[in-house]
Amino acid sequence: MVAAAAREIGDGEVVFVGMRLPMLAFLVARRTHAPRAVGLFENGIIRETPSTQLLYTMGDPPNIFEATQCGQMLDVMALLQQGRVDAGFLGAAEIDRFGNLNTTWGHRNNEMQRLPGSGGACDIACLARRTVVLLAHDRERLTDRVSHITSPGFGTGGAWRHSHGLPTASGPSAVITTLGVLRFGHDGEAFLSSVHPGVSVEEVLANTGWTLRVADELIETKPPTGAELDVMRELDPHHFWTR
Amino acid sequence: MTPESKFESKLESKVISMRDAIAQHVPSGSMVLMGAQLEQMIPFAAGHELIRQGRRDLTLVGPISDILFDQMIGAGCVSRVMAAWVGNVSAGVGYCYRRATERNIPRRLEVVDYSNFTMALALHAGAMGTPFMPTYATLGSDLLKKNGNLREFASPVSEETLVAVRALRPDVAILNVQRADAQGNAHLWGSLGVALDGARASRKIIIVAEEIVEPCIISSDPNRTLVPGFLVAAVVHEPGGAHPSPVQGYLGRDHAFFEEYHERSRRIEDFEDWLAHWVLHLPDRREYWKQLGSARTGALAVKHHAFSAPADFGY
Repeated sequence: MVAAAAREIGDGEVVFVGMRLPMLAFLVARRTHAPRAVGLFENGIIRETPSTQLLYTMGDPPNIFEATQCGQMLDVMALLQQGRVDAGFLGAAEIDRFGNLNTTWGHRNNEMQRLPGSGGACDIACLARRTVVLLAHDRERLTDRVSHITSPGFGTGGAWRHSHGLPTASGPSAVITTLGVLRFGHDGEAFLSSVHPGVSVEEVLANTGWTLRVADELIETKPPTGAELDVMRELDPHHFWTR
Repeated sequence: MTPESKFESKLESKVISMRDAIAQHVPSGSMVLMGAQLEQMIPFAAGHELIRQGRRDLTLVGPISDILFDQMIGAGCVSRVMAAWVGNVSAGVGYCYRRATERNIPRRLEVVDYSNFTMALALHAGAMGTPFMPTYATLGSDLLKKNGNLREFASPVSEETLVAVRALRPDVAILNVQRADAQGNAHLWGSLGVALDGARASRKIIIVAEEIVEPCIISSDPNRTLVPGFLVAAVVHEPGGAHPSPVQGYLGRDHAFFEEYHERSRRIEDFEDWLAHWVLHLPDRREYWKQLGSARTGALAVKHHAFSAPADFGY
């Protein structure tokens, strides 16, 4: 998952980095194929050289040590709103076939559960040029329609984003799960683009809460390279984030 | 004595105890901004004093709050939260928050959901003295549908729909900082989050400082004076007042404390024991610090200082 997420970052791109696995993905990208990627953090931090320490939060002192800039939240959000952020990473409790995310009210075992909320996710989903979502793959998380749109994807598909006033160049571009990678058609609906090594298409479909379309040219996700694994092991030696 | 120093000596110090600052400036029913610097410099000591003094019906405002809002909600101090995210950043959900929102335990909690950007804009509008700030953020989301402080409007200068984010003016902002003088002129650095707008938007500011320094230290580096003292109501000298959150250059993050809280807040009985042990049975932050123990506090001390290069303000 982390390696697949890292490959969504192009060299020289400006990336809104989230916490947990996305942070690790950013660090892996920086240390392998995207040495000139710039990381923005919601607390106002901009980094061109990633921290060498394992981070538990973006406000950890090692993430501020030798940062490029420590500004205000509005400073980085302003860049996001201008369209100057190429990619933003998000986690989610639930995602639906059009890439809408819910992190506000979830349900487990028929009970409503209050989740922590948007944080900066709604902002990133609205305004980043591309959004990459990471989550575990099961039928409860990948659901036909989310009950609450915390962070909009393609809404109900088609021209939904445009009709709601969202920027033209924006929206989800990839969903990286524990089983594979989903991408989106021109109609805004997700399709299975690749399966991770050892995972069958049937397994993915059985664990998805709607009838998931499958790409004509379905591929297998390339396994992590030795270099990618080295960075992950170095940055998360006790598997705090990759457990 | 120079004329300046004579003048300084006439200014009354604003330094008071945490107990007095909370007693004098944060009554029940207040709208309080805390956690403005996100995961850094969270005013835990102030929050614990609010719990000890039995505040009720507070409205808590902040982008994310880590576990401070969860504790205050569990202690029954809060009737409303205006925030983008409430939980435990490194460990997951906030169990007190869940009990309050799902089952009204210990009491009903109104939640006004923001995104980080719209919270920052609400405080920016408050700081600017304007009724709202415009944005594209939250268009198409259910936050926009459910939060009455976010309203769609037609742009008067372009053919677009935007969201007006209504200004927030908290009654009081509580900000932990690295150092301040006795007038509340405060230096802070590291994670700024929404601290500057939050301070200006609020009607009162309480500064909680790791160190109280002479005014000449503050004026030697005026770009770092991010809160001017004339806006400040009270200054509290409370080293370690942000624990378990970090203070750049002063205190590391106590990751294990967040994990422990996660486990001990899962069941309400355990949370009540936790609250008694770490808040209600302690008189103040000094005793809290003793209870943490020297092994733990020593491990959080800064290991490698990294001073910035001095800036030349000469002329």
